[in-house]
Amino acid sequence: MSAIEVSGLQKSYGPFQALSGIDFRHEEGEVFALLGPNGAGKTTTVEILEGYRKRDAGEVRVLGEDPGRAGSAFRARIGIVLQSSAVYPTLSVREILDLFAGYYPRPRDRSEVIDLVGLREKADARVRTLSGGQLRRLDLGLALVGDPELVFLDEPTTGFDPAARRQAWETIRGLRTLGKSILLTTHYMEEAQKLADRVAILRDGRIVATGTPAELLAGESGVEISYRLNGEDVVLRTTDPTRVLHELTSKALVEGRELERLQVRPRTLEDVYLEVTEDQA
Amino acid sequence: MTSLFFHELKVQQVLFWRSRESAFFTFLLPIIFLVLLGSVYGDEDFDGIDGSTYLLAGLIGYGVVATAFAGLAITLVVRRESGVLKRVRGTPLPASVYLGAVIVSTLVVIGLEVISQLVIGKYVLDASWPASPVAFALVLVLGAAAFAALGLALTGLLRSADGSSAVVNAIYLPMTFISGVFFSTEGMPAFLRAIGDVLPLTYLLRLFRETFVAEDGLDMPWGSLAVIAIWGVVGFLVAVRMFIWEPREV
Repeated sequence: MSAIEVSGLQKSYGPFQALSGIDFRHEEGEVFALLGPNGAGKTTTVEILEGYRKRDAGEVRVLGEDPGRAGSAFRARIGIVLQSSAVYPTLSVREILDLFAGYYPRPRDRSEVIDLVGLREKADARVRTLSGGQLRRLDLGLALVGDPELVFLDEPTTGFDPAARRQAWETIRGLRTLGKSILLTTHYMEEAQKLADRVAILRDGRIVATGTPAELLAGESGVEISYRLNGEDVVLRTTDPTRVLHELTSKALVEGRELERLQVRPRTLEDVYLEVTEDQA
Repeated sequence: MTSLFFHELKVQQVLFWRSRESAFFTFLLPIIFLVLLGSVYGDEDFDGIDGSTYLLAGLIGYGVVATAFAGLAITLVVRRESGVLKRVRGTPLPASVYLGAVIVSTLVVIGLEVISQLVIGKYVLDASWPASPVAFALVLVLGAAAFAALGLALTGLLRSADGSSAVVNAIYLPMTFISGVFFSTEGMPAFLRAIGDVLPLTYLLRLFRETFVAEDGLDMPWGSLAVIAIWGVVGFLVAVRMFIWEPREV
């Protein structure tokens, strides 16, 4: 079954066309990542799916319901991490989790949530004393405290240091093992590559590429070979690296040259992303 | 649903008392003014009422406006602009339960404040109890409801959290003077009295003062009640139209 089905989704703000007809399907239990530069329409899409915004046209089903009309019962089944943190600054971590737990019919154990997001030492600290990263983890805790089937994470790790980001990834992988469906937006390609089962890349309100990270990488060229020749960078993309490299190095040996800064690396999602979001611009 | 309401109400009370700004400006300030002004002018006579009782009724009105109107509006604008309201809206908590708890929490504060003022008025300043307690309570409920509706309306009209205190104070502080919280409006210039004649606080104060002196209940002051009710209804309609959950300034 699909957690989310979107077809022909359109939305404009005045003259600005934010989404011009997008389609995707997010299967239950998957981590689905929406990628794209700022202004591509990621947050607009997510907020339509969460029920915050009305769509202009298209079909949307989230957990089988139309989020534009759904009420309390629908919101009890989803968890939301918005792009910016917002909680009462004078409550403690434990108090705010208690407050939100009370909103849901079958909340998770509060103490378990505190451990899950790594806020054990801060459990009794007032929210206003938390660091940016801790606040973000509290946001995640609040999204999980209702034990949702589907979790929306809008740029959940923006502003994290690398260690905190890796920790957040572990938490998100943990959610996936619990069978939750997760819709993630991010502009960190490494994050998408590490976490997502499938991704869709948005640009100017359209989906320009979609598939599993492996499918997106399986395009015309699997490996990138780069070196410096006469002070100029040369980049070769090839699906046949052994042969290309062999020819290259034999030639260099014959000519008695050094291939400066020779590098062979697999193409990453970032390469694909940059191609589809910039080349056509 | 009921337990959800009390769950939210309890937290709203915690939030109110933990905020130094609301605890001071909306709860303590009206009490401090009562003690200060009462000690200075308590023995004088205003409009045929002894000074302590006159000021007590006036500052009860001030407290209602400071809490239900100014405090409520500032609190909700700050919550809206910081994204808290949006976050709450994304949970299963029904909007009506949330707003209901916020408003009832405000009324609880007003209740505590009025009790404190009555007790301090009686035992410190030698003011009298309301002569018609039932009429007093009814006027209090009507006034608090009307100003809470106006506070919600103002929330919808205010655009940013930064300027909200300034705008709210610019509206309600002059109103307290013109409506006669602190002294009789008899000596005021005609144009100020003309403004005062349409303000709801003027009528709320008039009714409060009558409940302190009218031994046999009020003589059906329909005019004053109507002015307050009309303001309340207008406030409610504007609030329904203008109140939003998401930040205005993104």
